[in-house]
Amino acid sequence: MTDLTNLTVAQIRDGHRAGDFSAVEVAEAFSANVAGAKALNAFIVETPEHALAAAKTADADRAAGTLKPLSGVPIGMKDLFCTDGVQTTAASHMLEGFVPRYESTVSQKLWDAGAGMLGKLNLDQFAMGSSNETSYFGNVISPWKRKDGGNASLAPGGSSGGSSTAIAARLCPAATGTDTGGSIRQPAAFTGISGIKPTYGRCSRWGIVAFASSLDQAGPMARDVRDCAIMLENMAGFDPKDATSLNMAVPNLEAALSSDLKGKTVGIPKEYRLEGIDPDIDAMWDAGIAMLKDAGAAVVEISLPHTKYALPAYYIIAPAEASSNLARYDGVRYGLRALPQGAGLQDMYAATRAEGFGAEVKRRIMIGTYVLSAGFYDAYYTQAQKVRTLIARDFERAFASCDVILAPTAPSAAFGLGEKMADPLSMYLNDVFAVPASLAGLPAMSVPAALNREGLPLGLQIIGKAFDEQGVLNAGLAIEERAGFTARAEKWW
Amino acid sequence: MSDYRIKGETGEWEVVIGLEVHAQITTNAKLFSGAATAFGAEPNTQVSLVDAAMPGMLPVPNRECIRQAVRTGMAIEAQINKWSRFDRKNYFYADLPQGYQISQLYHPLVGEGAITVEADEKAGIPEPKVIGVERIHVEQDAGKLMHDQHPTMSYVDLNRSGVALMEIVSKPDMRSPAEAGAYVRKLRAILRYVGSCDGNMEEGSMRADVNVSVRKPGDEFGTRTETKNVNSVRFVMAVIEGEAKRQVELIESGGTVVQETRLYDPDRNETRSMRSKEDAHDYRYFPDPDLLPLELDDAFLAECRESLPELPDAKRDRYLALGISAYNADVLTAEVEAARWFDTLLEVGLATGAKPATAANWVTSELFGALNRMGRDLTDSPVSPEQAAELLGLVADGTISGTIAKQVFEKMLESGDGAAAIVERDGLKQTSDTGAIEAEIAKILTANADKVEQYKGGKEALFGFFVGQTMKAMQGKANPQVVNELLKKALS
Repeated sequence: MTDLTNLTVAQIRDGHRAGDFSAVEVAEAFSANVAGAKALNAFIVETPEHALAAAKTADADRAAGTLKPLSGVPIGMKDLFCTDGVQTTAASHMLEGFVPRYESTVSQKLWDAGAGMLGKLNLDQFAMGSSNETSYFGNVISPWKRKDGGNASLAPGGSSGGSSTAIAARLCPAATGTDTGGSIRQPAAFTGISGIKPTYGRCSRWGIVAFASSLDQAGPMARDVRDCAIMLENMAGFDPKDATSLNMAVPNLEAALSSDLKGKTVGIPKEYRLEGIDPDIDAMWDAGIAMLKDAGAAVVEISLPHTKYALPAYYIIAPAEASSNLARYDGVRYGLRALPQGAGLQDMYAATRAEGFGAEVKRRIMIGTYVLSAGFYDAYYTQAQKVRTLIARDFERAFASCDVILAPTAPSAAFGLGEKMADPLSMYLNDVFAVPASLAGLPAMSVPAALNREGLPLGLQIIGKAFDEQGVLNAGLAIEERAGFTARAEKWW
Repeated sequence: MSDYRIKGETGEWEVVIGLEVHAQITTNAKLFSGAATAFGAEPNTQVSLVDAAMPGMLPVPNRECIRQAVRTGMAIEAQINKWSRFDRKNYFYADLPQGYQISQLYHPLVGEGAITVEADEKAGIPEPKVIGVERIHVEQDAGKLMHDQHPTMSYVDLNRSGVALMEIVSKPDMRSPAEAGAYVRKLRAILRYVGSCDGNMEEGSMRADVNVSVRKPGDEFGTRTETKNVNSVRFVMAVIEGEAKRQVELIESGGTVVQETRLYDPDRNETRSMRSKEDAHDYRYFPDPDLLPLELDDAFLAECRESLPELPDAKRDRYLALGISAYNADVLTAEVEAARWFDTLLEVGLATGAKPATAANWVTSELFGALNRMGRDLTDSPVSPEQAAELLGLVADGTISGTIAKQVFEKMLESGDGAAAIVERDGLKQTSDTGAIEAEIAKILTANADKVEQYKGGKEALFGFFVGQTMKAMQGKANPQVVNELLKKALS
């Protein structure tokens, strides 16, 4: 029998439906991989019993002829999604041991669609990081190694690093991610998988631990474009419990997948050609352009003139929102409470937050508090909001002459763990290509396109018009079919 | 112009007052969650996941809260902003689960409006005065800390956390405690007419932050202090009086008023400093990213406007036009329950022929007198407007006299029976039987021949004596008009 853990979501779904294997077999196979991959540290909590229960239901549903869209598919859940009865930590000490009595809208939709949960995936603490090195529960290790004879541990990207590693290492066929400034796309690129951040508002934020509310958006990560489409269909949808949720029908994304791009125009943003960038990145980009032309698309150069201001604006807006969103972790009602001898309320706050938050989270709370302070607000926050408006306008103007935009996902391949931790700015620069689409709320995905000369995966990013996830997925599919990316990390764990 | 002045050693001082009134919006659910809002529930029984700020929870605006705030704005003829936005006011406190209050700093729902307080000579308000309203915005209330439940710990009750408030900010237009008191009373009346707040100050549904400064008349505004959470009209007036005096004494003794937040202690009737400007929080206001801007469409606004009831000023004007005295019009419009009761009486009473002015007199004297004696108010009056209309109708159509009406009313209060039934049962019907009356008149004139002589000799005031004697002989049941006519004839 084939190794079930090599199957995609679509293959599991179809094979299960056809009776080629049982859902229980699938769940057990993946759970075994999870149990055997402790070295990767992808999971904070493993829940094989949850996956097994869903699998049993799926098998019964097959017998009864009542299969659901994701029956028999076990997935990983980023530990930013609140899960009823299962510890939810946002990878922080602050929420260690916190067990919600409610289920996030997105995870509930996935369970309702028949999926099962293999466990809660590690991430950067409160989703703040680009390398998964800020987790209180330890670094996630990428399954990939450089072909340089060394044995350096590489970053799986962040913040959805547990998700990317788990998929790349065949610990789950798909997983949820969240993307605030590249947290789905960059880890997908680093690990040779696909991931899509839909239009802001497509997926409900209800029950997802908030980082930066105006940017946070859930999305799927999986091995290929089709799986992303299947997952997204079952995650998206209007939610009256989220005031920023889009009240729009969810399109039938999988059924409308097409790699025929005749009549479509692809924009190439000239501002994304960075001076001194890794030549492998530029080469991959050029190859991607050729692939889309081959798929029938016309290619035009476009200009997104305010691109260089995107990262600075992002690192004002996101920390500002975070500084406020994380105020609720105060030790009063739930989570960690540090209470020094004889401490009053203020002392308790200070001790709890000093102990509960990691260095990167504290850094962003400090930045956010600073930029919102009296006397600085206009110079920072108001200016950043203006920049955000200009960036959205850049995209609007660009989309007058093209349907999707093609760019690299990240300026480099995966870097080594520890290489950038001492220098937050160089870490932040890793999201330079991902952040503009986040600020504009646009759908964007990363698909694996090539290996660099060190044998590490590189991702191409497709940015679409608001609500046009279909256009993004279709362009992604055209690249996927032509790139023929089949490389995978050799098992060392 | 108010001539209220603080007499200091260096001359007279004028007090300048602005009020920020927090009014709890009357709704079943909180501003951003579905949790209930009833007063007096067991601690922490009306708390949703949103109110407790659990991880991942999101606010969703409650349409009814917005509607009530818009209606309130319309009631004071304020500008309604079709585009407004919620901001976060960030600070840490144990009664504030989110670590921020969702409020509206930059773009409030309601802009400028005005409230007119009536003239009240006795209180030093010689003519009606228009008090400007700067804005009304909606915001969340905080929870409550209880410090008296445990020797070393404080308890937190989140029942109020997230309850919808309107903050109604006046301009610094008031110049005396009386004006401020009248403003709060008028505002409270309007809120209760609109139905957007129950105005219950004892339960904390309405409370005021009182801004006070003093200056020599004609000078620039002085530095103000803000006394927080004052929860009765009397206390508002006391705070102003005390604070103005304190400031004058401070300045005249060489000190300066510092901008600060103060607390009122009703037991000692004094304010004390809570925190100065230097210790003031930096609230780091910014637009709440969980919420989209609030955009109101024309249909929503039209519905809000159409659903507004007749408001105190309009009602007062209507009463005046009906011939009701200004005093009665003020009394009858001050409380929405009284006005509703009286409107029903007018509706059914006018059909019976009772005059509005007569009805108003009867309500403010007879009915209110009786209710006072019984320690009740109109909401639990033993006499319904319909029953009162019946009684007043019997007077209007001459069935009974005003004197008999008082007796009938007492019997109504005792028995709960209808006026007509009581009149019928007790034979209180007024008579116009000229024969019977003439017979009594004849007896009286005979028995008082001397007075008849005096009357005829020019002492016309004695006519009242004959009327009284006749009415007495008729046991009050004679129609006074008929008695008048017959007496005139007999004495001519």
